[in-house]
This record gives sequence, C-alpha cells and structure tokens, in this order.
Amino acid sequence: MNAKHPAVQIEAEVWRLRLYVAGQSPKSLTAIRNLRKVCEEHLAGRYELEVIDLLTNPRLAKDHQIVAIPTLVRDLPNPIRKIIGDLSDADRTLVGLDLVAKSVGSS
Amino acid sequence: MGRSETPSQLKGALAKAPSGISGLDDITLGGLPRGRPTLVCGGAGCGKTLFGMEFLLRGALEHGENGAFIAFEETPQDLAQNVRSLGFDLDRLVAEGRIAVDHIHIDPQEILEAGDYDLEGLFLRLGLAIDSVGAKRVVLDTLESLFGGFENQAVLRAELRRLFRWLKDRGVTALITGERGDGTLTRQGLEEYVSDCVILLDHRVHGHVSTRRLRIVKYRGTTHGTNEYPFLIDRTGISVLPATAMGLDHAASHERLPSGVAQLDAMLGGEGYYRGSSILVSGTAGSGKTTLAASFANATCERGERCLYLAFEESRAQLFRNMKTIGLDLERWQERGLLRFEASRPQVHGLEMHLANLHKAVAQFKPGVVILDPVSNFVASGAKADAEAMLVRLIDFLKASGITALLTDLTAGGSAREATDVGVSSIIDSWLLVRDIELAGERNRGLYVLKSRGMKHSNQIREFLITAQGIQLQDVYVGPEGVLTGSMRAAQEAREAAALAARAGEAARRQRALQARRSTLEARIAVLRTEVEALEGEPGPERAAEGRIS
Repeated sequence: MNAKHPAVQIEAEVWRLRLYVAGQSPKSLTAIRNLRKVCEEHLAGRYELEVIDLLTNPRLAKDHQIVAIPTLVRDLPNPIRKIIGDLSDADRTLVGLDLVAKSVGSS
Repeated sequence: MGRSETPSQLKGALAKAPSGISGLDDITLGGLPRGRPTLVCGGAGCGKTLFGMEFLLRGALEHGENGAFIAFEETPQDLAQNVRSLGFDLDRLVAEGRIAVDHIHIDPQEILEAGDYDLEGLFLRLGLAIDSVGAKRVVLDTLESLFGGFENQAVLRAELRRLFRWLKDRGVTALITGERGDGTLTRQGLEEYVSDCVILLDHRVHGHVSTRRLRIVKYRGTTHGTNEYPFLIDRTGISVLPATAMGLDHAASHERLPSGVAQLDAMLGGEGYYRGSSILVSGTAGSGKTTLAASFANATCERGERCLYLAFEESRAQLFRNMKTIGLDLERWQERGLLRFEASRPQVHGLEMHLANLHKAVAQFKPGVVILDPVSNFVASGAKADAEAMLVRLIDFLKASGITALLTDLTAGGSAREATDVGVSSIIDSWLLVRDIELAGERNRGLYVLKSRGMKHSNQIREFLITAQGIQLQDVYVGPEGVLTGSMRAAQEAREAAALAARAGEAARRQRALQARRSTLEARIAVLRTEVEALEGEPGPERAAEGRIS
C-alpha cells in the first residue's frame, strides 16, 4: 500500500500536528487515542504532536479559528490541513492527512 | 399594601431589553425579550447585520449593557467600517471593553470530517467573548453560515439546540440573524429553535422605489404591533415608523388660524381654519392651490409661528419669485427662521423615507403649520394604496402633534372632481376646491368650501382672483343670466350699471317734463285768474238794472 505513495517526500519531512480538544471529554480522548495510533503506524519517529486543551486556554480557539472539537491541524508539511472529528474514521483521517491516495477515502 | 407596581414589575411579566432602535420599542412595547433569544430574519441586504449591530451599540452606549458580536460573515474591520458611516465608533467601544467582536471563519474547502465532533469551540469562543466584556447582549450574525461549513446535519441541529439552551442559561439577550428561505422564515428553519420572538425584515422594490418593512412574526408572552412597519436606514441608523399604531385620540383645539385671505376666513365662519386640523386644497392645474398654500404660510409667519413648507414640484427660488409677484414676500420669513422650505421630488425617495424625513423635520423645527404641496405626486412615486396609507399616517402624525396641515392635491382631468386621487378626502377636516369655470371663451377660477368640520361655512362659490396684492375672492354674479364670472361678470355688471343710469336719466327727464307742464299750466291758471279779476272790476248790466229799479 505504501509503495504507491511518494514515500521519499514524506520521509524527508518532519510532521507537525496540533490537536485541539476540550478537556477530558470522550470525543477528545478518542481523538487523542486515534491520532497517536495513526502517527505510530505511518509517521513513527518523524512527527511532533501538540495537544491543546481549549478549556484551559479558550483564547486559542479564537486566535486559531477553531469551531469544531476535536480539530486536528497539520501545520507541516505544507499546505495546512484541518480535520475535524474524533478520527474514528481511519480512512478519512489518512486521506485528510495526505497519507494515502484520495481514492481510498472516497469509499 | 401601599406598594405601587408598574405593569413591568408585576410578577411574571416578561422583562424586556430596550433595543434602542428608534420606533421598535414602541411596537414591541418595551424591547426584545430580556435574557432570551430573538430571531431576526430576512433576505440579502435587508439590514439584518445592521439591526444586530445597532442593538449592540445602542445597548452599550445608551443602556449600559455591554455586548458581544459573533460575526460569521463579516470581518471586524468591515463591521467597524459599516457602522462608522452611521456615526458609531466600534473600534473605540472594543478598545474600551464594552463590545467584543469575534469573527468566526469557516471554510468548508479546508475542513475534512473524520468521525464524531461537536461545536464546543463555538461555545468556548462565545463564552470568552461574553466574559471578556461582561456582555448582557449577544448577536450571532448569521448563524446559518454553520450549515455551509459542516456536513453533519444531525450534529449541527443538536448543537444549535444546545446553543439556544446555553444562551438562555447564560441569561443574555441574544439576537440571531438568519437568511430568509423559500417559503420559510429562514433557510435552515432556525425559527423552530427560537420560540420567543421572531422579527422579519423585508426589502421590496415597487416602481423603482425600494421600501424596507419590518414585522414581528411572533413575540411570546406579550402584546405587540402586528402590522408591517416601514423602516429605513439612514445616517442615524434604523428607524421604524410605528405611525399606524396611533389612535384617534388627539385633542381638538378651538383656536382658529386665519387662512391669509380675509374673504376666505369669512367663508369659513369668519375666523379661518381650526388649529391642528387638516386642510385639503384640491383643484386642477393652475387653479391657484400653491398660491393659497403660500398665503397660509405667509399668515402663519406673520403671527410669528413656524411653518414647514414641503414642496414636491417647485424649487425654493421659483416659489419665492412667483409669490413675490402677488405681494407675498416669503424670503424674509425664511431669513428670520420662521419658514423652512424643503423641496424634493417625491420619486427621489420611497414613501417611507418622505414620512421619516417629515418626522425628523417636525422634531427639529417644531412647526405650527406644515404644508405639503402637492401630495398627488406621491401616487406617482409608489403604489396608490401605499401612497394613501402613507398620507393617512402622515396626517395622523401631524394631527397627533397638534400641527395644522395644509395639503394641496392636483386633480386630473378638465373639471375638478369631488374626489381626490390620493383618497384622503374622508379624513380631511376642511376641504377647499378650486376649479376652473369655463365660460364665453374664458377660464376663471371658482372657490368652494366643500366641507369644513365643526364650523359654519359658506355654501357659495366665490370667484378666485390672483392679484398683485394677493388673493381676492369676489362674489360671483348670480342673476337671471345664470352664474357669471370674469369679464362676463364685469360686462353684466357694466350693463346693469348702464341700465340703472339710463333709468335714472329717464326719470329725471320725466320729472323735468312734468315740471315744465306744471309750470305751463300754472302760468295759464294765473292768466285766467287775472281775467276773472278784471271781469269782476267792471260795472255789469245787472247792477245798472238794479239801480233803475230802486
């Protein structure tokens, strides 16, 4: 599966991810768990993940234009991408992060 | 006991937050429901955002209630610029911590949904905005943008329900705007979430003239005006015109105002119009309506009262020049600040704008008399029914303010009909009709008093003359030859004078002839008497005979 992708480019970069959650809500916890899993599977050793709890710092919701919770933002590599939801739909998560071909996610 | 309670303090009565929008609080009898959400819906460009903004700004400036504005469509820069033209400094209020603005930008292009989510971020931002200024008022403009940003409708609907509950729990007076849908109040059915108060804004164009209208679709737990109220957006923000809410409870004055034409006053029971009454002068083109109106304006200013003259056909310079030729110097009254003259074409604004302008001019200038010359043009600027409704409101408003109104009305056609094109004749107190009387190749003007409520008025036609000294009213000739006016009246009068002179001459001649005959006869009597005396002096034969006998 990975053979189909431009793996050279992906492996050359460090991924910087931000996950916005609201406290310890079930959706937030599920999202953290799902994201960690995806990262370990596909980006082991070359990602930075920052989990931001908006309950403790609501101003960041305004500054970073966050409406839905949880929201995952891919800062690097460019371009910026936003994925909302608890990431329980693994295929769509991978599509959103550009880790697999789009055709997989459309099913 | 002994505690006086006003209705608003009664237990259970709905608390209201004054909107600060001119006129709206009259219709809603106090304002929007305090601590509850209100939905404002309408099509594009109907003024929803401005409505919300003014609600917040006036709340902060005039009612000491800070506010939070959550903008889904416009950026804070755009919002500040839009209200700056209305004289509000949004940036300053934000800097002073009286208003918080948050722009929520949702671009569906850059968002992908993967799994379950909620809109907690929106709640957090809303809470932040409210807490940062201690907001009592919240505006969400336009909440429906959320529907374009998120795919999962089930989540959205659940979150909206939660949002309205949350707003109520926070106790903020919220105003939510929504785009009008096809056959529904809002495109996304927001009205099912807001059960307390729904206001519908509308923007219609009729005959190239646009009119904005406002209607309170529902307002739970309180009475409210149910009509469609025109409103406008001008330099001072939104003004709603609740003039139709007025009842027929205006006071009636016994004071009389001279009309400016002495003979007309004589026709109106000798004293003129009632103060605070409405006077209609109708007539065909060129029949002297404006001259009558200007005479009344002149008389008003001569008394030292202020007169507002709204002209819809003539410019100020033209009217002043024309009136000078008949001896009415209106310019001096303007210089002394007694006359305010405003000329505009009826077509330049919608009807409501005219009405609002009148409201404002009356509030500023405080005139005793308002003249509208002519009102018939309003029919051309809008639908007939709208024009009539507007004039009724206008007359009601002036009456309620105790202002005497004189309206002129141009009637179409060759002869003035006893009906007005603008259909206001039934609410008019005094109605003067100026009509052409066409006779023997001449047009002359005749003036009637068709009606004048509450006074003894003349039932006769007067000939209406416009002279260098102003208006003169002449008794028309009524005789065996019929009703005569103009040169025929003059000729008839000359004929009568000649006949009178001729009759007088004949009598004198007869008198002289009689005198002559009498003189002749008296002369003859004198001669005969002399003869008699002469005869008596001679000794007669009878006497001689007598002597002989003795």
